[in-house]
Amino acid sequence: MVMSQQKGKLPYFHFKALEKLLMNICPQERWLNLFRYNNVKMKHRLIYISFIFLVVFSFSEINAQTYYDNAEEHQCLKCHSSQTYTFHNSLMEYEEKKLMNPFYIMDTVALKTGVHSAFDCTDCHSYEYSEYPHKGAIKLEPLPKCLDCHGGSDTPFQFDKIHEEFEKSVHYQVYGDNFSCSKCHNIHTYHPVSTTSSNVAEIVEYSNSMCLSCHNDMKQYNLVSGRTNPEIVEIHDWLPNQQLHFENVRCLECHTEIQEGIMVSHNILKKENAIRKCAECHTQNSRLKASLYKYQNLQQRSEDGTLRTVISNQSYVIGTHQVPLLKTLGVIIFILAFVGIAIHLAFRIIYKK
Amino acid sequence: METNNKIYFYPLWLRIWHGINALGIILLIITGYTMQAGNESSLLGFNTSVNIHNISGLTVALNYLLFVIGNMITNNGKFYIVKPKNFLKRPMKQAQYYAWGMFRGKDKPYPLSEKRKFNPLQKYAYIGVMYIFVPAVIITGFALLFPEIIIETVYNVSGIMLTAVLHSVMGFFVFLFLIIHLYISSIGKNPLGNYKSIINGWHHV
Repeated sequence: MVMSQQKGKLPYFHFKALEKLLMNICPQERWLNLFRYNNVKMKHRLIYISFIFLVVFSFSEINAQTYYDNAEEHQCLKCHSSQTYTFHNSLMEYEEKKLMNPFYIMDTVALKTGVHSAFDCTDCHSYEYSEYPHKGAIKLEPLPKCLDCHGGSDTPFQFDKIHEEFEKSVHYQVYGDNFSCSKCHNIHTYHPVSTTSSNVAEIVEYSNSMCLSCHNDMKQYNLVSGRTNPEIVEIHDWLPNQQLHFENVRCLECHTEIQEGIMVSHNILKKENAIRKCAECHTQNSRLKASLYKYQNLQQRSEDGTLRTVISNQSYVIGTHQVPLLKTLGVIIFILAFVGIAIHLAFRIIYKK
Repeated sequence: METNNKIYFYPLWLRIWHGINALGIILLIITGYTMQAGNESSLLGFNTSVNIHNISGLTVALNYLLFVIGNMITNNGKFYIVKPKNFLKRPMKQAQYYAWGMFRGKDKPYPLSEKRKFNPLQKYAYIGVMYIFVPAVIITGFALLFPEIIIETVYNVSGIMLTAVLHSVMGFFVFLFLIIHLYISSIGKNPLGNYKSIINGWHHV
């Protein structure tokens, strides 16, 4: 996760990067208190730097070898990564092979690269799961909630605000606390693609796959809602070039209310309130600028100076208006044409031609 | 057919084609600009503009076939053939007449007759519009109507975006042509003469 991204940057170590790194490790204000180097006297600075180096390298060491590198050796994954598991039945005194509940089979590759890969299973799940057979009572223990770690932080992600927005959403309104963050964001495998990728198609696909994992999957949809699945394609019949839209914009673009201050609005609207106006996106003042294209990584892509990236960013705006130079040229040519016609007409009137 | 200084320049099929083309292109220009502005509060809503644009586009495209077939089976096509001799000198001469000669009472350098339906400048403009810009707008417009057939990226630039820009640039030139065409048509024996000709078919020389 965070550590692995930062690892490569260590040779270019500087204060701001370090501050960011610490915020990523644990987005709590208290870390920063250790790191207010501006307020610390010069002679203390070295001590802090040495300490920080120690922390960074020790974490890097952990990260270089995550808990999930060798699934066969991992005490949980040796069972929870395959279709079947074998254990010693001490009552009958023989080796018994059983089928694993498919919902409890982990994708070990995604787990290793997921945003929480620095944590071991028992960091969130009860340590008592280390024993098998698992005790029935530990199932009743509540799991930590996302906000237990992410809440109260002032990271750019604004989890508290996200939660406020989420509570207005149709998901929360209908299913209440049963609809947790993990219904969309798989805790084990989540990747912050939208803030790290500069490929729009990749961001769109990752985001939409979260929605479609239920809304296009009869079994999953039924598990949460108890109802049969709505037909995505039929419902969006009104949308021209449906497939292209699905590939190039996120469901969120039309199905959420844009919220200032957070990257993705989590107020998923009722289907009746979804945007159904082409002009909302296909204009210069497109709402996409405030949603999909507000990511810094995508903006940077458009600002890297090459013409192709500048223009490829606004391909949702119709016609030449997406290229400001052409728009200006068009206006100039028109003015010249009209001025030319006016002068010619004036001469014709003067010479009565 | 020539009587009393009148030539039957515009046969019925050509006038029908011209009428449909004119109406269609005017609608396409209006709706094209409404869509580019994308303003919901404009006279035509976005969705209405899209519908009118699609229908007019298809009509103009089909009408273009009438133009091509008409030119092939009648002798109207020959008026669009350019002679390589004095390729640039001839239209320049006509331009000079419009800019200078006509005010000085000079004779028309290329008076129209049964054999010469268009003056050189007119011919070049018509060829440019009817054989370059309009076909380009039709092809790109067809591609935008079925965007899944467009190449996804060309050197990392969105293919749809390139097609859309080409479509509106070509459309822009058609619009420019239309304005100049309408103005130049008012030059003649009397300012309304040419407009009447394209309705009744008879051109005064």
